[in-house]
Amino acid sequence: MHIIDRRLNPGGKSLENRQRFLRRAKSLVQGAVKKTSQERDIKDVLEGGEVTIPLDGMHEPRFRREGGTRDMVLPGNKKFVEGDYLQRSGQGSAKDSGPGEGDSEDAFRFVLSRDEFVDLFLDDLELPDLAKRKIAQTESEGIQRAGYTTSGSPANISVSRTVKLALARRIALKRPSKEEIEELEAAIAACTDEDERVELVARLEKLKAKTKRIPFIDPLDIRYRAYEKVPRPVAQAVMFCLMDVSGSMSEHMKDLAKRFYMLLYVFLKRRYKHVEIVFIRHTDRAEEVDEQTFFYGPASGGTLVSSALQAMNEIVRERFNPSDWNIYAAQASDGDNSYSDGELTGLLLTEKILPICQFFAYLEVGEAGGSAFDLSDSSLWTLYDRLRSSGAPLSMRKVSERSEIFPVFHDLFQRRETSQEKAAP
Amino acid sequence: MTERLFEGADWDFHTLQRITDACEEVALKDLGLDVYPNQIEVITAEQMLDAYSSVGMPLFYKHWSFGKHFAYHEASYRKGLMGLAYEIVINSSPCISYLMEENTATMQTLVIAHAAFGHNHFFKNNYLFKQWTDAEGILDYLDFAKNYVMQCEERYGRVEVERTLDAAHALMSHGIDRYPGKKKLDLREEEKRAGRRRQHEEEVFNDLWRTVPKGASKTRSAISLERRRKLLGLPQENLLYFLEKSAPRLAPWQRELLRIVRHIAQYFYPQSQTKVMNEGTATYVHYRIMTQLHQQGRISDGNFLEFLGSHTNVVFQPEFDDQRFSGFNPYALGFAMMQDIERIVTNPEDEDHEWFPDIAGKNDVMGVLRDVWANYRDESFIAQFLSPKLMRHFRMFHLHDDPEERAGIRVDAIHDDRGFRRVRRELARQHDVGYIDANIEVVDVDLSGDRRLILHHRVIKGSQLNETDAKRVLQHLADLWTYDVALIEVDAQDKVLREYVVSPRPITAAA
Repeated sequence: MHIIDRRLNPGGKSLENRQRFLRRAKSLVQGAVKKTSQERDIKDVLEGGEVTIPLDGMHEPRFRREGGTRDMVLPGNKKFVEGDYLQRSGQGSAKDSGPGEGDSEDAFRFVLSRDEFVDLFLDDLELPDLAKRKIAQTESEGIQRAGYTTSGSPANISVSRTVKLALARRIALKRPSKEEIEELEAAIAACTDEDERVELVARLEKLKAKTKRIPFIDPLDIRYRAYEKVPRPVAQAVMFCLMDVSGSMSEHMKDLAKRFYMLLYVFLKRRYKHVEIVFIRHTDRAEEVDEQTFFYGPASGGTLVSSALQAMNEIVRERFNPSDWNIYAAQASDGDNSYSDGELTGLLLTEKILPICQFFAYLEVGEAGGSAFDLSDSSLWTLYDRLRSSGAPLSMRKVSERSEIFPVFHDLFQRRETSQEKAAP
Repeated sequence: MTERLFEGADWDFHTLQRITDACEEVALKDLGLDVYPNQIEVITAEQMLDAYSSVGMPLFYKHWSFGKHFAYHEASYRKGLMGLAYEIVINSSPCISYLMEENTATMQTLVIAHAAFGHNHFFKNNYLFKQWTDAEGILDYLDFAKNYVMQCEERYGRVEVERTLDAAHALMSHGIDRYPGKKKLDLREEEKRAGRRRQHEEEVFNDLWRTVPKGASKTRSAISLERRRKLLGLPQENLLYFLEKSAPRLAPWQRELLRIVRHIAQYFYPQSQTKVMNEGTATYVHYRIMTQLHQQGRISDGNFLEFLGSHTNVVFQPEFDDQRFSGFNPYALGFAMMQDIERIVTNPEDEDHEWFPDIAGKNDVMGVLRDVWANYRDESFIAQFLSPKLMRHFRMFHLHDDPEERAGIRVDAIHDDRGFRRVRRELARQHDVGYIDANIEVVDVDLSGDRRLILHHRVIKGSQLNETDAKRVLQHLADLWTYDVALIEVDAQDKVLREYVVSPRPITAAA
């Protein structure tokens, strides 16, 4: 007879099988992930969590019989006699309980971990591999105190904590103190009455026995200082979302921009432990706002792109020293800009913004369908295009449909890489 | 009064040891059980879920479908839709019983009595298990299977292995020998043989043989139809066995995988045929042991009441018009029948003398029960031992549902003198695996012709195969066979009802 405690065995034996299932159900899960991520805020997109997968997509077929005449023996007959008929759909009739029926599996909720979620989210984009060479791993691990544990190496024994616990235990278990024993011994020495002496000696013996039973320090008391590793970001990233919110920007365009920012955020989050997002919206003047206001706040007015760049430049100067921060910027606009602003915008970009940016992307968003969109280049597009052809590290793309976001994002990164490779030799 | 085994709900490993010893004493001395050595393992809820998803085995090869089951169980467990089983027990020697750490001391006693002695005795003594399973070898064999699958994945790629296993799983319920005749399975020997086969193949491999010109193939007429079928062992109902031996283009490792799946299917086959008996035995044994321990004063009244609560839940049988009804509960039916046999043996009525002349009033309860446990399966057990008294107790009745019949579902027999035998025969039939599973056989293949594989499904009572599933399974079958496969559904008069023809997918044909 053996009794074995298996509780300490590593659990998660099914992890491998679970991963295989995920791989197998990838397209299903991926669809679910995409759907889920559309309903989330930029930061929440990394949360992981439940997705619903239809199980019959992962059906395991067997030869099953169905239909035909059925015979069944059931318990609980109260009123029927031989030859009676039961209505098929009526009350009190046998419900469908024959073999091979009602065993279809419904969709079930599958809980994805954060990593699984992001992997699936990005996997579709083939992004991490593309940009791996671009952005080096930039973190190290530090150590910090994490309370006390009951096991550890002798070097980490916390004396004060151990003594404190030992003391508490001694008090709780009423371990006789040294003074008590000395007092009693003195009393015995001083005692003259024989009967009283015997009693005192007995008491002393009892106390001494108790002292032995309750040790001064018990292994139970010992506490070790615990440490845990924490990632210490040595490099951090900030992402500037610049958006034109003048009247010409429709909800559809904002939605396109949001998706693009979301991708950029997820992507950066993979590389950096710490990513800040700064939302700057502008009309003819720019302001820093929160995400809600950024995407959903009403605003209207003329358009001065330079105001946003100016604002970004100031925020960088105040809060994000370029030597400590990797700076990313993505600008979304429908391309309209005041004619007079062109020169200033170009100057700001080449002089101030581009030199401090790791990556600057310009996304020109258009209406769904976007036929007029292709007719002529917008003023901003023309300007950026000119800058780019004169060698500025700018990435630019036009988008008018949701489905274009992924490929465009993909493309932006790829393009930058090839242009660098071109520049290298 | 003897000392209590435990007080309250808490237990530790000493308690478990005391409990096991006490159960063992009752089981071996009073009940005369004969068991494999026991191994009891305490596990957590998560580990229980793990074990669930790999068909309850402690080690199993990796496959996505187990991950699916895990996710499914986990989801329903989390949502509180499903409680976990109190125990899992494995038909192996030593017999391994898993206990959950959350169980109370009373529950642990119940589980030990149920699994470590009840199921254990049944596994060791029932003829089906003796005939078809190898308790000593199973764990080693599973270990071998796990490693073998892993090696195959390294050598031939995960996708290839998965495809083969998927196909094998789809055919698993048709990978069973239903009739003995071949020698008993020896899984250790099987494992060694597989190793030797592989080694031999590697040693004699010589690429030059590929270049040797092949002789002219035999013409069609050279082999007579009868002889051809005989050579292939047709008709053959064990589809996996047939493929393993005769599929023309399978790689040796694929054959080995089919073999593994087939052995495992065979290992579980007796369990599917003895659900009522197996659970009935275990429940009867735990009931006897617990009662005995209580009478000896080793379990307090309070703890015994707790036991009775769980026991009653386990053997609860909802009636057919109850929301909770989902067929006969094997625990309820099995336990009731075991108790009924006890009654017939010790305290028979006139009716019982008439129905069970062999055992009525024989007075040796355990002798009779041990004999029953050893020599029957669900179908024969019910056909033999379901008494009129029990049919009345459960108020059983037999329904006949003919879709053509407009008046509705006919009550064919009820628990009265006219109906007893018919009800009993019908209930026994419902527990006959050979009757529940579709009857499918390979009937012919033309190896020198177009190599089309022909299968027959003999339709019983107009119950045909589910079309979508049948097509998918046949697709798997065709992929393994690598030529067309035809499945013909015929009724008792050999009238063709439906015919499927499936061609293999090109990707495997190229492999």
